[in-house]
Amino acid sequence: MMNYPADEAADKATNTATSTAAAEPAITAHALTTVRGDRTVLRGLDFTVPAGRITGLLGPSGCGKSTLMRAVVGTQAKVDGSLQVLGRPAGDPALRSRIGYVTQAPSVYDDLTVRQNLDYFAAVLLPGRALRHDRRTAVDRAIADVDLSSHADSLAGRLSGGQRSRVSLAVALLGTPELLVLDEPTVGLDPVLRRDLWNLFHQIAADRGTTLLVSSHVMDEAERCHRLLLMREGEILADDTPEALRRRNDTATVEEAFLRLVDAAAARAAHPRTTHEEPRS
Amino acid sequence: MSSARTLATAARVLRQLRHDPRSIALMLLVPCLMLFLLRYVFDGSPGTFDNIGASLLGIFPLITMFLVTSIATLRERTSGTLERLLAMPLGKADLIAGYALAFGLLAVVQSTLATGLAVWFLGLDVIGSPWLLLLVALLDALLGTALGLFVSAFAASEFQAVQFMPAVIFPQLLLCGLFTPRDRMAPALEAASDVLPMSYAVDGMNQVLRHPDATGDFIRDAVVVAGCALLVLGLGAATLRRRTA
Repeated sequence: MMNYPADEAADKATNTATSTAAAEPAITAHALTTVRGDRTVLRGLDFTVPAGRITGLLGPSGCGKSTLMRAVVGTQAKVDGSLQVLGRPAGDPALRSRIGYVTQAPSVYDDLTVRQNLDYFAAVLLPGRALRHDRRTAVDRAIADVDLSSHADSLAGRLSGGQRSRVSLAVALLGTPELLVLDEPTVGLDPVLRRDLWNLFHQIAADRGTTLLVSSHVMDEAERCHRLLLMREGEILADDTPEALRRRNDTATVEEAFLRLVDAAAARAAHPRTTHEEPRS
Repeated sequence: MSSARTLATAARVLRQLRHDPRSIALMLLVPCLMLFLLRYVFDGSPGTFDNIGASLLGIFPLITMFLVTSIATLRERTSGTLERLLAMPLGKADLIAGYALAFGLLAVVQSTLATGLAVWFLGLDVIGSPWLLLLVALLDALLGTALGLFVSAFAASEFQAVQFMPAVIFPQLLLCGLFTPRDRMAPALEAASDVLPMSYAVDGMNQVLRHPDATGDFIRDAVVVAGCALLVLGLGAATLRRRTA
C-alpha cells in the first residue's frame, strides 16, 4: 500500500549490501545506559547498526532517540556500557572527522550565507591552503546534494525552516563521512522535499557506502529504511527490517506493528507473570 | 592546535560581524563619542580630562570586548554550532584563539581610532608614546575577550549575559582608581583593587601619561594584564566541554 519511489532504490541497496553484510557493524552497543539528571534515559540497550545501510531510529518524542544519537557521536556525558563506533569507542578523537552529525535544531550561523557556513566547516574538516581545491569541490557538492544552489548566497537566517535544516545537513555531508547521524532531518518539510531527501539518503548509502542512522517520529518514514530500531521509554522494542516487522506482527504497516509491540509491552508490565510464558510461545 | 583552523575561525567571526554593520559602527564610534563628551564636560579643567581620558582609553576596549565576546560565544553555545564544532576535529584552543584573534583585530581598530582622536584632536596630553597606549588598550581588549568567554559559560540566556557586565565590570570600574586614587580607599578595598586586573590596566595607562619611557611599573602592569588574560582564557577553554549532559 505504501508505494514509494525510494522502495526500488531501497531494494537495490539491500541487494548490494547483502554481499557486504558480513562486514563488521558500524555501531555495536552493549548494556548502553545513560542518565540525565535523575532520569535514566537509555536503559541497558543492546543493538547493532549494519554498515552501509540506512537504519531508522523510531519512537515517540522523548523516548531517548536524541540521547542515543548524542552518545554515538560522543557528545553525551555519563554514558555507561560499551559503545563501539566504526571500530573505536564512541567519542574517540579519531572519529571526529569520520562522523557527520545533524542535530534536531539546525546548527548553522544565521548571520552567514549558505556558502560561507559551508566554507567555514569545510576549513575545519580539511584545513590548510593545500586543500583549498578539495574544499571548494566538497562545498559545491554538498550544496548541490541538498538542492540549495539557488540559495547559496542567501543568509542562513533569511531561509525558511526547511531550508535551514538542509544547510545543516549539507554541513554534515562535507568531507564524505563514513557514518551519518541525522536527528529528525525531515521534520517540517513538505512531502516532495521529504521524498527527495530520502532518495538522497539512499543514493549516499548506495554510492558512497555511508552508514546512516536516521531518527524520526513519523512512522511512515520507517518503510524507507533498510533496518529499524523501534524505541519507547529508553528501551528498544524491536530491531529488525520493516518487512520482517510487518510480517511477524501480521500488520500492513510498521506503525501498526509498533502499536502492537507497545500494547504487548504495556500488557507485560501490567501482568508480570505472563512475561514468563512469552519466551516459550 | 592548528593555525589553519584558528585563522579560519577568526575569518568566520569577522565575516559574521561584517553582516552586522550596525554593531561595528557602535563598537567603533561609541568610545570616540564618549571621549568627545568627556573632553567638553571637563572643558574648564584639562588636567582632569588627561587623567580620566587616558584611563578610559584602557577601559573602553575591555568593556566592549567583554560584551561582544560573551554574547557571541553564548550564541555559539545556544545555536548548537558549538556542539557541532566540538564533534568535529576542531581543538578548543583553535576556537578560543580564533575568537581572540578576530576580536583583538577589532580592538586594534577601535583603540587606534579612540587614541588618535584623544591625542591629536582632543588635546590629551600624553608624555609617553601613543604606541604604548595602544599596546595597553590591546591587552585590555584581550582581557575583555577572555572574561566574556569565561562568563558566557555561566549565562543561560543573552539576558543573563548582559547582566554579567555590571556584575563583573562595575566593581572593577569603581576600584580601579578612576574615581579616586587607590591608596585613599578603605584598606580592604585597596587590597581588593590590588587583585583586580582593571587596576593594572588603568595604572598602565597613567604610567604612559606621565613618563616618557616604559617604566618598571608599566612593564609590571602590562605583564599582569596579559597574564590575567591568558589565565582567564585557559579557564574559558575549560568551560568548553565536548560531552554535555
